[in-house]
Amino acid sequence: MTATTEATHDRAVIDSAVPLVAIRALQKIYVRGEQAVPVLLGIDIDIARGDFVSLMGPSGSGKSTLLNLIAGIDKPSGGSIVVDGVDIAHLGDADLAAWRAAHVGFIFQFYNLMPVLNAAENVELPLLLTGLSRRDRQEHVEVALAMVGLSDRADHYPNELSGGQQQRVAIARALITDPTLIVADEPTGDLDRTTGGEILDLMDQLNSELGKTNVMVTHDPRAAARARRMVHLEKGVLVSDADYQAALEAELHAAHAH
Amino acid sequence: MFFILKLLSRNALRQKLRMSLTMVGLVVAICAFGLLRTVVDAWYAGVDATSSVRLVTRNAISLVFPLPLNYAQRMRQVDGVTGVSWGNWFGGIYVSERNFFPQFAVSGASYLDMYPEYVIAPAELKAFVADRQGAVAGRKLADRFGWKVGDQIPIRGTIYPGTWTFTLRAIYDGIDAKTDENQFLFQWDYLNETTKKRYGRKGDSVGFYIERLQNPDDAADVSHQVDGYFKNSLAETLTETEKAFQLGFISMTELILVAVQAVSFVVIVIIMAVMANTIAMTARERTSEYATLKALGFGPGFIGWLIVGESLLIALAGGLLGIALTFPIASAFASLIGSLFPVFRISHETVWMQLAAAAIIGLVAAAWPAFSAGRIRIVEGLRHVA
Repeated sequence: MTATTEATHDRAVIDSAVPLVAIRALQKIYVRGEQAVPVLLGIDIDIARGDFVSLMGPSGSGKSTLLNLIAGIDKPSGGSIVVDGVDIAHLGDADLAAWRAAHVGFIFQFYNLMPVLNAAENVELPLLLTGLSRRDRQEHVEVALAMVGLSDRADHYPNELSGGQQQRVAIARALITDPTLIVADEPTGDLDRTTGGEILDLMDQLNSELGKTNVMVTHDPRAAARARRMVHLEKGVLVSDADYQAALEAELHAAHAH
Repeated sequence: MFFILKLLSRNALRQKLRMSLTMVGLVVAICAFGLLRTVVDAWYAGVDATSSVRLVTRNAISLVFPLPLNYAQRMRQVDGVTGVSWGNWFGGIYVSERNFFPQFAVSGASYLDMYPEYVIAPAELKAFVADRQGAVAGRKLADRFGWKVGDQIPIRGTIYPGTWTFTLRAIYDGIDAKTDENQFLFQWDYLNETTKKRYGRKGDSVGFYIERLQNPDDAADVSHQVDGYFKNSLAETLTETEKAFQLGFISMTELILVAVQAVSFVVIVIIMAVMANTIAMTARERTSEYATLKALGFGPGFIGWLIVGESLLIALAGGLLGIALTFPIASAFASLIGSLFPVFRISHETVWMQLAAAAIIGLVAAAWPAFSAGRIRIVEGLRHVA
């Protein structure tokens, strides 16, 4: 599996010269009958390759909508979203689906596993869209499950797994196609603090060891603090964008200097 | 492909109770459809078994009025006619009125010669021809009452009162499954002589004539000539092909047949609606799963085929079970109704129609849910709670 072969054990290098995701004047307006409800009001943001960004904000701030637009599961009302050189805002449905299959790994709050498929089959699912043989698919699945520490649970169905294990399966599924971008919508929202911490460790590992670009929506400041960068939205507007890790490192550096 | 089949079958078995109830409905509907189609086929069996080289002549007023025996001589003289035979409907009761089967007094060997589809062992045929009280029974009829060659069979006459005792001299087998094996035939001479003795005025009269043609294309000309001979006589005739004669009987009950056919299709429409409801409910419950699949990159076509495939799987499984059950049920039904339908068998066409009905049910039931699921907006679908 390429995800593992490309793994590095150093901190991922952020290439900020050419952003992986470049968002300009992004707008999203929902229309309910005759009423237009603006959710995002002209967002501009760049996300560098290898970055780990958390999107925060109160309910209705537009953070999940922004994540959905970046992931290509929703379409903006205006503006552009260029991901790795492709303006996904202007792709047709079929092209967008193919783009998602190749470039995006999803981690959902409630795992969204297929209940009739076991862990290995759930992880294998996205590979059906590739031209890989059954044998190759199974090899990839074994590697992905090993990465999330669930090799011994391959035959277990979602209802036979704990919440944390289910989320690990979902992470393996997100990884299996070696996507450019991993989007996570409240990945720890349904988990206790310890298990949530383990999931965040895993996401951190994806970013630091595999160099994956993570974009995560969360309500939890502790979870957000695991990201390099925290983007805060309120009422559809970006209100703060802090390089959390840089600030933390500067703080540590300053403490050392004294 | 294997993965998809696995997904389809596991999805189909997910709601076991719902699936079982739907399956029971399908089995009953497909079975009922097959039975009703078979009833319709059985009704037309007499028509299917007709021959294009045989004409039937009867009294122009009604079949219940007889024709004189001497008409046979004139009929033989018509160009294109190679043989003439005749018979009378006997309408007797064997032991009980429930044991109905058709009985005909026929003109012996000449009648059987007209029907090559009745296969009789030469020795038995010879014995029948030689015995004035002899009778021939179809294999199914003989099996039904456990008759053997040589048995004495008493039949109580209704049209011809009194008890008539026959000696079973032969049992015929149908040349194919369409041949009626429920008939009881005996010597017309025996009937004629006895009725002459008992009621003189009824003698030498015939219920119907059968003429064999040299060329089926001559049917219209021969019919015209035969009827022309007896025009303005005391007993005018009506001659028609055997098929037209049989259809004449069916036309009397055509409304019933139309009703039976309509019911057979209504059954399919009802189960289609039930199945559509089941599939729609199932698809609605899985909205978030379909949204997840779409998020992962699967297209609307894949989602649609997942639903159609599952629906087809259930429908075809129910259909095949229904077809399998139709055979024993039809067999039980056939024994129950006795010889009301001389030929009651499930045709290949009926089986194919049952299978096609099951496939159509599966496809139609899934059409709208598949279309809707393919159009799910991912973001809304992911929020959906089953």
